Amino acid sequence: MTQLLYFAWVREKLGRDGEEIALPVSIATVGELLDWLASRSPAHAAALADRSRLRVAVNQEFADDYTPVGPADEVAIFPPVTGG
Amino acid sequence: MLSTRVQAEPFDTAAEIAALSAGRTDIGAVVTFTGFVRDLSHGVPVEAMTLDHYPAMTTKALAAIAAEAAARWPLQGGTVIHRHGRLLPGDPIVLVAVASAHRAAAFEAAAFLMDWLKTKAPFWKLEEAGGQARWVEAQAGDDAAAARWS
Repeated sequence: MTQLLYFAWVREKLGRDGEEIALPVSIATVGELLDWLASRSPAHAAALADRSRLRVAVNQEFADDYTPVGPADEVAIFPPVTGG
Repeated sequence: MLSTRVQAEPFDTAAEIAALSAGRTDIGAVVTFTGFVRDLSHGVPVEAMTLDHYPAMTTKALAAIAAEAAARWPLQGGTVIHRHGRLLPGDPIVLVAVASAHRAAAFEAAAFLMDWLKTKAPFWKLEEAGGQARWVEAQAGDDAAAARWS
């Protein structure tokens, strides 16, 4: 199962801090995962609507649309960081 | 060589400098930066600031950023501390302290560490101002500041 984690306003828009999903075999990259996730519910669609305001990490490393994802991965979706 | 910590508790800048330089005679310069919670945001009084983070990634990201600084400059040591949780105006958020034989490396490494922390460490600020909580937006200027080191 793929572990999804949500932070900051992504977590608030989705009303949860993460979910465990069975990734369809057709999904191999972060970009494909985001497209598929957005189709799961209106809340997902709203939270993931503006990709320019989202960043993704796969296994705690920053990723882009072409980064591979699989069933053993931890994928985090969050806004651009604002620490410091 | 640089130590990194993520903690809810406050830190003591003077104690961190003392720890860096204790028993050392090869350190010619220690540069520190401390970031604090401001009491105004776009003219609106700030009541509090909560720092959310992604613990598993934060630890790795801080270690990677510190290792990059150590690879780029001749440093004798350093300490990076970033707080999380709910903080009040005037509270310290972040400390970067860098020790080197000479000041140029220490100044540059401290600036680099802050620029990369702001753009590559997974923290998010939730600001409570005017009775409302809102997530702070990332600043394009921070990306530009980080890009000058690449």
